[in-house]
Amino acid sequence: MSLKYLQNVATLELDTEKCVGCGMCVTVCPHAVFVIEDKKAIIVEKDACMECGACRENCPVSAIAVRSGVGCASGIINGFIRGTDPTCDCDKNGGCC
Amino acid sequence: MTNDGLQNIGGTLPYSFNTIEYPKVPAQLDWADRFGSWRCRWGVDRMRYLVSPGIYAVGQPVAESPVFVSANYKMSFDRLRMELAGIDAWIMVIDTKGINVWCAAGKGTFGTDEIVRCVEEFKLADIVSHKSFIIPQLGAPGVSAHAVKTQCGFKVVYGPVRAADIPAFMAAGMAADAEMRRVRFPLADRVVLIPMDILMLAKPVVFIVMFFLLAGGFHKRGFSVSNCLHTGCASAGLFLLVYIAGGILGPVLLPILPGRAFSVKGVWVGLAVLLAGYLLGFRQLAGGFSLASWALIMPVVSSVIVMNFTGTSTYTSLSGVMREMRIAVPLQIVGAVIGIGLWITSLFV
Ligand code: SF4
Ligand code: SF4
Repeated sequence: MSLKYLQNVATLELDTEKCVGCGMCVTVCPHAVFVIEDKKAIIVEKDACMECGACRENCPVSAIAVRSGVGCASGIINGFIRGTDPTCDCDKNGGCC
Repeated sequence: MTNDGLQNIGGTLPYSFNTIEYPKVPAQLDWADRFGSWRCRWGVDRMRYLVSPGIYAVGQPVAESPVFVSANYKMSFDRLRMELAGIDAWIMVIDTKGINVWCAAGKGTFGTDEIVRCVEEFKLADIVSHKSFIIPQLGAPGVSAHAVKTQCGFKVVYGPVRAADIPAFMAAGMAADAEMRRVRFPLADRVVLIPMDILMLAKPVVFIVMFFLLAGGFHKRGFSVSNCLHTGCASAGLFLLVYIAGGILGPVLLPILPGRAFSVKGVWVGLAVLLAGYLLGFRQLAGGFSLASWALIMPVVSSVIVMNFTGTSTYTSLSGVMREMRIAVPLQIVGAVIGIGLWITSLFV
């Protein structure tokens, strides 16, 4: 049985103009969001994106934009309480991820 | 980093290569390694479970042997070396402050800068004759392969997501097929996370248990210890029951619980416990204000604990969790307040 999270929320964006078709995004994405077609990357499963940022970091021409961060409820609460970005605070409790 | 918490690796031998000695670690775990990771799962000394950064040998590596990059969290390191049986390889352990690859990559401690620093500090270019290393794919959010290449000349090869696929990856000439690149979240992976997830909220849980025990002592004519023991214990017990049920059944039944939002999935567990308790004739759930209060408290508690599991799951996005929390948290708060209000009322009627 496959697990799917909320639809139409991922902040992932791909600039096809810039893409050079190197395939790095396909390699690093843990949820098979991209495929390469006609020497360009295309997004085929946007809802599967967990916003980890791997594709953005590894795209040599910066063709990908995504707001990455921890998809973690207690991390978001932590961030909210401290007025910072969501942080999973693994140093202290190691509970997340 | 301090030596505090550094773990000895059982069976380590010196390995001399080009007149330099490297620690050579076995590709099998001994009982101490296994016991250590079991303790770690239960949160005992979890953050002091480190391996010293540096270069390690597995088998009889030479200048042409592959280099695997690992976090210095001992469980990550152990999982890697276990899969290297029969492979002669180097392991470069980088300093991720004892955090696993996935988490460290998200924070950037497993990242381009630390890798480049270690390549220089450990003089990797003097050890191997080639210019590449294998990085676990889960480290990719912290690493820019092209930046690593420009900064230290080494080419990043992304290995499979699961260490268990390393033998197949090596046999295929360092190539991972599509399935090896996917993060799945099978039952076994979810189950090992249960203890940590339950323990994570231990502090508020103890506080709430104390509240039920003490407040349960109040009744129409004042306060009595025997009421603490009856109503208080029963209420604290019901609370713990639904908390643990959420903590276990949420992860186990994750794919079949209706709804995509974790907070919604959690509600079903609470309702199931409520129904079961009612059918079993629990006195607290017989009717009146008490039943009404638990009909709110139970789904709220299980909703919160299952929502908390978003942190441990491997497919929830920040935007998604934020969207679900914007709706779920206010409802959980309202439900909890009314539920507790009804429960207090039930003590006095
Ligand atoms: S952010 Fe992560 S999950 Fe989303 S598309 Fe990029 S690599 Fe895939
Ligand atoms: S990594 Fe960037 S350039 Fe390469 S295929 Fe993906 S989007 Fe295109």
